[in-house]
Amino acid sequence: MAAAAPSIELPGRRESAAAKILRATAKAPLHLVLVVVGALWIVPTFGLFITSILPAQDLASKGWWQIVSHPSAATWSNYNALFHNQGLLNALKTTAYIAVGNTLLVVIIGAMAGYAFAWLEFPGRDWLFVGVIGLLVVPLQMALIPMFRLYDTFGIFDTVLSIILFHVAFGLPFAIFLLRNFFVGIPKDIMESARIDGASEIKIFLRLILPLGLPAIASLAIFQFLWTWNDLIVALTFGQNVQPITVWIFGQLREFGTSIDVIAPASFISLVVPLCVFFAFQRYFVQGLLAGSVK
Amino acid sequence: MSAGEVTAEPPLAAAPPPSGEPGRFGRYAAGAVFLAPALFLLVVWMVYPAVYTIVRSFFGQSGYLGHWVGIANYKRLFTTATLTTAIKNNAIWVAVVPALVTAIGLIFAVLTERVRWAVAFKTVVFLPMAISAFATGVTWRIMYQQDPGLGAINALSRSVADAFNPSGVLSNALPSTPALQAKGGGLVLKTPLAPGGVALLGVTGIAPRDVPKGAVQAVRPAPKPGDVVGTVWRDFKPGGGKPGVVEKGELGLPGVTVDLRTTAGKVVKSTKTKADGTFDFRNVAAGSYRADIGAQTFAKPFGGFSWLGPRLITPSLLIAYIWIWAGFSMVVIGAGLAAMPREVLEAARTDGATEWQVFRRVTVPLLAPVLSVVFITMIINVLKVFDLVISLAPESTQANANVIALAMWRTAFGGVNDFGTGSAIAVFLFLLVIPVLALNIRRFKREV
Repeated sequence: MAAAAPSIELPGRRESAAAKILRATAKAPLHLVLVVVGALWIVPTFGLFITSILPAQDLASKGWWQIVSHPSAATWSNYNALFHNQGLLNALKTTAYIAVGNTLLVVIIGAMAGYAFAWLEFPGRDWLFVGVIGLLVVPLQMALIPMFRLYDTFGIFDTVLSIILFHVAFGLPFAIFLLRNFFVGIPKDIMESARIDGASEIKIFLRLILPLGLPAIASLAIFQFLWTWNDLIVALTFGQNVQPITVWIFGQLREFGTSIDVIAPASFISLVVPLCVFFAFQRYFVQGLLAGSVK
Repeated sequence: MSAGEVTAEPPLAAAPPPSGEPGRFGRYAAGAVFLAPALFLLVVWMVYPAVYTIVRSFFGQSGYLGHWVGIANYKRLFTTATLTTAIKNNAIWVAVVPALVTAIGLIFAVLTERVRWAVAFKTVVFLPMAISAFATGVTWRIMYQQDPGLGAINALSRSVADAFNPSGVLSNALPSTPALQAKGGGLVLKTPLAPGGVALLGVTGIAPRDVPKGAVQAVRPAPKPGDVVGTVWRDFKPGGGKPGVVEKGELGLPGVTVDLRTTAGKVVKSTKTKADGTFDFRNVAAGSYRADIGAQTFAKPFGGFSWLGPRLITPSLLIAYIWIWAGFSMVVIGAGLAAMPREVLEAARTDGATEWQVFRRVTVPLLAPVLSVVFITMIINVLKVFDLVISLAPESTQANANVIALAMWRTAFGGVNDFGTGSAIAVFLFLLVIPVLALNIRRFKREV
């Protein structure tokens, strides 16, 4: 037996070495295709960045790829000007308020409801849960007109709060769905023993459910953050003076050709934050995506 | 530990409640407290608005309800030009995008499966998912600019177009004397020529920077017996000069194709001018000829496709949208691929199946559930597309690029504020989304 093992292993190794070389050469076209496709995919974003660091007068006559022949044309002056632009600074602040506020509220309210649906008993629980899932089908366009009226009536039109609450409501069905299904998977004896120990529901929720549910909560939080950071339609409808960055840039689009030195850097600023979030939490992002293909 | 096992048994778990546990009513109360905020938001922001919008869609343009109009708003949906355009465009979106996104994602996922630097590739393709559709619109608007000097895509198109249909040496030139006439896109010299003759082809309207490289002082060639000679030159010097006369300070135009034709129009000889603009048709048989400069010399340079114009705007939007979502499709399908039983694939390979056969007969059928998830998700996304269209399509072509969600917004909030028709469009969108999403949820519940 001991002698047989290496004799089996040896030819296997030789074959794999030969196969490796063969595979490497056979794969050359594949690598080439992937490099070209990858380049194609990165070019638009790269072009936006280069456009954002070129002075307006250079952009009037030649495209952003002039940077190859005139690397010295690059300048941070567009960005400098923007960081002294009160409108943009306000827009960034508003965007942050909306994104953070929405994320916190969706996570807290969604986790509470998810916990109730997973572990608390009350009559009609399952029907109610099905109802909440059913709300996933409601496109937000269904609520724009009524909420526009309602906000007007209650005098909260054009406030950060009104935009946040709209986002929270439309984020909840998926949040509840995701978290309830995750919480249900928490082992029953952990819950039972906590209850036997006399822990209150609030204590169980804070000390047990939230920490154990962290992976799902992280995915949800990242998605909610990106969703609201990138939103246009809600803020465009309910904000006038309250403008997040997308709406602020949208206001400049009419003069696309002449204000490209504002539009390009502002757009790039708007996508830096989501990109950082994405790179920092890539794993949760992908998990959330896989779970969230329903939305 | 054995105690834990015992309590897990249903009958025992239901037995005596510990003294500290609240009664049934207390437990209901806890449920109500935990649910209250969510239910409040869902009812006020989703249930009430959905009902209101449905009711509102049967009433007129303005006011809290307006006046009853029956299904007039829905009729308008299929009779107003901008709205039918939106529905047609959305049909194109649904027909094109889900299939392409799924196919591209599948190809990328399979191609990267056994490549070591797959993570880098996947990250690059996935990046657009993190960027807002709005910023994507701005990004692609830069790419799509019509002037090939400004828009990268038209710059690329130009280099391709120039290879097949190069722009002329003299794209803006005009004849300097009436002896030279425009004909069929080129210029033809009216004066008949015979062997030993001299053809003077003077042109103007050429900016200094457009003069072909290497041009030197123009020369009027001496007649040669048996040859037709001549010169093509820029018949202009600072101060003007005399038209039709080769003067000092006027440049020859090199590289211009000159044809010698019979009076019937048949090309006998063809040559190119030298640096001083001269050309020489050698050994021309006796007869009467005409000289002309061919149309290709005056071909206009490629002006760029109007990607954001009324005709190409929807295809342009589709390309940008696929650019965003290919990464999503690739990652989801990639996850499905990773979860696939390796033995099945290996077994097929051992049995002598080619890679293509493995892909076609094993991989794709096994992936079918994942592919359908991506496909259905994309249908829903595409039905609701809004941000990309409003940011990428310039205002002048938004009517041509219209889609349902954009039509809804423009109708309700874009100045007219027709809440009746806006509600009807929203309900229409709702009705389109329901069956697709219901399908998705059912599948999802089966999995859970």
